[in-house]
Amino acid sequence: MAKRLSGLQKEVLHLYRASVRVAHTKPKQNQPHFINYIREEFGKHKDLPKRDFTTIEHLLRVGNKRINLYSSPELKDIN
Amino acid sequence: MMNSVLKRSVVNGLNLQRGLATATAVAPRLKNFKVYRWSPDEPSKKPYLQTFQVDLNECGPMVLDALLKIKNEQDATLTLRRSCREGICGSCAMNIGGRNTLACLCKIDQNESKDLKVYPLPHMYIVKDLVPDLTNFYQQYKSIQPYLQRKSYPEDGKEILQSVEDRKKLDGLYECILCACCSTSCPSYWWNQEQYLGPAVLLQAYRWLIDSRDQAAQTRKAMLQNTMSLYRCHTIMNCTRTCPKGLNPGLAIAEIKKELATD
Repeated sequence: MAKRLSGLQKEVLHLYRASVRVAHTKPKQNQPHFINYIREEFGKHKDLPKRDFTTIEHLLRVGNKRINLYSSPELKDIN
Repeated sequence: MMNSVLKRSVVNGLNLQRGLATATAVAPRLKNFKVYRWSPDEPSKKPYLQTFQVDLNECGPMVLDALLKIKNEQDATLTLRRSCREGICGSCAMNIGGRNTLACLCKIDQNESKDLKVYPLPHMYIVKDLVPDLTNFYQQYKSIQPYLQRKSYPEDGKEILQSVEDRKKLDGLYECILCACCSTSCPSYWWNQEQYLGPAVLLQAYRWLIDSRDQAAQTRKAMLQNTMSLYRCHTIMNCTRTCPKGLNPGLAIAEIKKELATD
């Protein structure tokens, strides 16, 4: 059986999946840019201790805000 | 080598002149300012209070002057919102010495032995240092539709007239600058930020509710007719106590409650 995740960990996964879903709404040729960007942004905080709740919660808020911003259809590419 | 000696003597010379010029001046009055610091660039670093010393002799009378002096001379990374420096824009709202107020309207306590603590508005998400995230606050303001709503307009196509008495009803309401000092001082708002509108927004709701030129009073009332948006106000009255413009959001909320009760 897989390890049970905490609520916060689930939220992080939800954020990641939501971001990837947004990336798939973008033009085909630009999708790798978005995926790379998402991976980079998540990778930046890879070493964050899982008990650092306030920081993780802050980063979740930032992430959700950014999804709202980037999911507008006018935004087609990212560098 | 030669150069540095030369430089030093020049500097010394300047110092000497300076010393002479200010020999009669008073000694510096250093006051400690403890300022809340937190940077999103290092999110895992916990927020902390940083102490700055400011010479009150060389500083303006207001807290905003001191903060800008710190930003100019000591630490340029200190982040705060400010604009008009005269209490009309509401940008520099922060928690100074335990009280929500505008930094530009708050005098520095001239007793330099006491520290002054400066925090951002309480119970708000922080963007950086003294800058709170007011997105939710502005969303709530938007939700009460703070603009004139009418179905009919005067025949002559000119302005909508209002009697002197009707205009008087807006006094004490239209002066609100939406600095969010009152909302963030309200314990009710701290616990129910998502649903309770908060004193500042309710003051504006009342301002549009009693405007004689507005014709949407019924829909406005219907919007507030639920347990959360309005009735989370338990007349704690922190809002009225803290308002830097001397307004009375508590009274406005009470008036809305009265109107809704007779509805």
